[in-house]
Amino acid sequence: MPHLLSILIWLPIAAGVAVLLLGDRRIGAGRWLALAASLATLALAVPLWGRFDTSTAALQFVERLAWIPRFQAYYALGIDGISLPLIVLTAFMTVPVVIAGWTVIESRPAQYYAAFLIMEGLMIGVFSASDALLFYFFWEAMLIPMFLIIGIWGGPRRVYATIKFFLYTFLGSVFMLAALIYMYLKAGDYSIASLQALPLTLLEQRWIFLAFMLAFAVKVPMFPVHTWLPDAHVEAPTGGSVILAAIMLKMGGYGFLRFSLPIAPDASRELDLLVIALSLIAVIYIGFVALVQQDMKKLIAYSSIAHMGFVTLGAFVIYEIVAATHSTRGAGMGLDGAMVQMISHGLISGALFLCVGVLYDRVHSRQIADYGGVVNTMPVFAAFMVLFALANTGLPGTSGFVGEFLVIIASFRASFWYAALAAVTLILGACYTLWLVKRVVFGAVANPKVAALEDLNPRELVVLGALAAAVLLVGIWPAPLLKVMQPTIHHLLTQAIATKL
Amino acid sequence: MPANPMTLESLAPAIAEIWLVAAICCVLLVDVFAGERRRGLTPTLTLLALALGAALTVQYGEVARRTLLFDGLYVADELGWALKLAGFLVVAVALLYSRTYLENRRILRGEYYVLALTALLGIFVLVSANSLLTLYIGVELLALSVYSMVAFDRDSGVSAESAMKYFVLGAIASGALLYGMSLIYGLTGTLSLSEIAARLHGPASPGVILGLTFIVVAVAFKLGAVPFHMWLPDVYEGAPTSVTLFIGTAPKIAYFALALRLLAYGLGGVVGEWSQMLAALAVLTLVVGNVVAIVQTNLKRMLAYSTIANVGFIVLGFVAGTPEGYSAALYYTLVYVLVALGSFGVILLAASKGFEADRLDDYQGLYQRDPMLALAMMVLMFSTAGVPPFVGFWAKLRIFQVLWESNHLWLVVIAAAMSVVGAFYYLRVIKLMYFDPPAQSLPPTARSTGVRFALGLNALAVLALGLLPGPLLDLCARLIHS
Repeated sequence: MPHLLSILIWLPIAAGVAVLLLGDRRIGAGRWLALAASLATLALAVPLWGRFDTSTAALQFVERLAWIPRFQAYYALGIDGISLPLIVLTAFMTVPVVIAGWTVIESRPAQYYAAFLIMEGLMIGVFSASDALLFYFFWEAMLIPMFLIIGIWGGPRRVYATIKFFLYTFLGSVFMLAALIYMYLKAGDYSIASLQALPLTLLEQRWIFLAFMLAFAVKVPMFPVHTWLPDAHVEAPTGGSVILAAIMLKMGGYGFLRFSLPIAPDASRELDLLVIALSLIAVIYIGFVALVQQDMKKLIAYSSIAHMGFVTLGAFVIYEIVAATHSTRGAGMGLDGAMVQMISHGLISGALFLCVGVLYDRVHSRQIADYGGVVNTMPVFAAFMVLFALANTGLPGTSGFVGEFLVIIASFRASFWYAALAAVTLILGACYTLWLVKRVVFGAVANPKVAALEDLNPRELVVLGALAAAVLLVGIWPAPLLKVMQPTIHHLLTQAIATKL
Repeated sequence: MPANPMTLESLAPAIAEIWLVAAICCVLLVDVFAGERRRGLTPTLTLLALALGAALTVQYGEVARRTLLFDGLYVADELGWALKLAGFLVVAVALLYSRTYLENRRILRGEYYVLALTALLGIFVLVSANSLLTLYIGVELLALSVYSMVAFDRDSGVSAESAMKYFVLGAIASGALLYGMSLIYGLTGTLSLSEIAARLHGPASPGVILGLTFIVVAVAFKLGAVPFHMWLPDVYEGAPTSVTLFIGTAPKIAYFALALRLLAYGLGGVVGEWSQMLAALAVLTLVVGNVVAIVQTNLKRMLAYSTIANVGFIVLGFVAGTPEGYSAALYYTLVYVLVALGSFGVILLAASKGFEADRLDDYQGLYQRDPMLALAMMVLMFSTAGVPPFVGFWAKLRIFQVLWESNHLWLVVIAAAMSVVGAFYYLRVIKLMYFDPPAQSLPPTARSTGVRFALGLNALAVLALGLLPGPLLDLCARLIHS
């Protein structure tokens, strides 16, 4: 099928506009349309995976149309082994979000579905754009639906949270735009490939690296620009939290891999300790912060920051490996780990937020203290919650294990201390996650509200079941995922450790 | 330069002005004889005149190459042609949006439309000026018409006050412009812009710099650049909203042309001098406009400061001092006018008899009361904030690009930081409309189908030009290079 990527981008957007036009009065039809569109997108992602050639690092499914001739900007799409898994993840995670909102969203449901569908299209656009201007176009446009989702359907402090979210990400992005324009003026076009090939002096690379880092660090988010995330997560509706944690944070990691490493390799090598230090702070300090949270969503939000620390650690530890061992052997493992960690964290954090959503829909509280002994009334739910919690701690057999294990092994090659510090997360992660489970799920029934809980309905069962299957699949058999990424990671590594000077 | 013999054909490039003068006379006469009962006749006739004028300009006004007319006082080129067409369109849309508002305020009088047409005539004269004298006549014709429009609601004390303020400050600016022009005339011995351009180059003498300073002050005043912006918020807030819509849109095109013809073309030889002055003005304008807009509680006043902030970006295009920079400024101006038309149009539709809808709080929960209006306003606000996929993004991108090209690194940083500050108050409008419940019982918004349709098209244009910005960008570049 030609134009598969275009269809993946524009089908959800067109469906979103259609749902918007149907309006709140015909929301019955609108809901089914939204579900059909998200399922169709997922179905189209299957041939994308199936027909992807795993033997090359070149861009595939390439499309290229003149867009703005004056800027030499093209509507250019194409995917490699880094973008493909993230696109599939996006298509996969939108379906549970649509289903999760089915009966819960009562105010302005048409806009709710429209916002998520449009965002799905824009996110796929971010991952498949091979022109930097087009990438930025999607990257920024995505802020609009997310701004509305948090602001309209969020909790009590939603306005504060959503404006903070918007301004933080906007601030990061404008400097990235300035850097992109600078490179465009030197390279003559906006294609990512020619930006990667552009020779740059160390001084230029440093500034470009810092401009990119501002944009991507806010998105990941890295310490110390992470403070928007807990606010946004706590106030967002369940669907918003899921998309935010599962996909939007990945854009920061994707940006590092797609832009920072290949475009500014020498600056990345020079400033790698900065990123590594910030990642380790995120892993350890934020882990402690997560420990003391009273609010379930906030706890998972902080846990997300800690887990995303592994992504940035894995991406930048490669320079330390090369410096320590004078060979690239094992450096690819850091990048592999970063990618697997992104996919796995997308599945697990999404699932955990859905679990919190299940409880919140029944009790209307996110406070840990309002729960206790949920297992007595909701045994099936408790089983899922425990599974996802264990995956979050990195239990072997779940996807959480693969990514963390790869990153820790890679760090070991660089230095024992990086590995030791990173491994602290295994303890801290277990502490805050299992303690959360202990206080919410186990124990005696805490109050009449918990006693009145009803177990999962079929809708929730399908959603959590699918996610559980995915978490186990990636955990037990990660080979297909690694195989898809392999040539691209190899190519990326060569680009990242080559020098442009 | 040998004077061309004047024939009927040689007047064709000035068809827009000639038609407009005739139309003004007709509208004035018809309005006198139509009397009170056929009040609707004048607005319809005016729109008809604008449409016909645009058609005639398309048909006869286009010139193959730059031609001088009327003994070199007047230049006909593609830029002037295109800006005149834009003027016809913008004034027509502005008058279309305004009608219900004027009716509700009982100020739907023929004179309003006549003044709008004379202002447009002033714009046209300015756009095609090739002499300091023509330029000055255009500026004054436009300014005097607009002063009277601001005072049009004669029973309103606020309007009268802001008209007075506008008039007095405007007179000072005109004086500065005239004084600067006289110095330049004295030093170069010619009024013609082409001649001045030919005679002024190399290092500027102190006299030229003095004259230049006065001219820059006057241009900054007309555009509303800080620190010559003091009139703008008061006038925007005090004038009837339909007049705010008018002065916020079409004259911006004219003042862009003023800056282009006078500074970039006539005084192009001393670009180094004036671009430094403009750089300082632009920074001040960006900072003051964006920061002060945050604390406003009146939407019209907030949009006034937002105008100032946007003017900062337009001035930045001139700071670059290259044809690319001017075309970026032209693009920014056109985009700004398109968005301003829509934003003030929303205020006009939200207003009703005895209700101005100009406080920010009047927009609380607008979504619940009128989803279409809220959606249009959201599109316009995101566009001014510079968020894709809307056209405002490309306007900002283009300015960043020309600043990079001309090596103004620190201006890029300031402009980027200020666009983030600016995003805050645009987001606040969206927050009020979408996130807040309607506070109290507010009168319903206007239901006029035609105007709503036009506003919808306006918002759609903002989206469509954002998705496919290529043609308009190319057009702007071609116009500047012609």
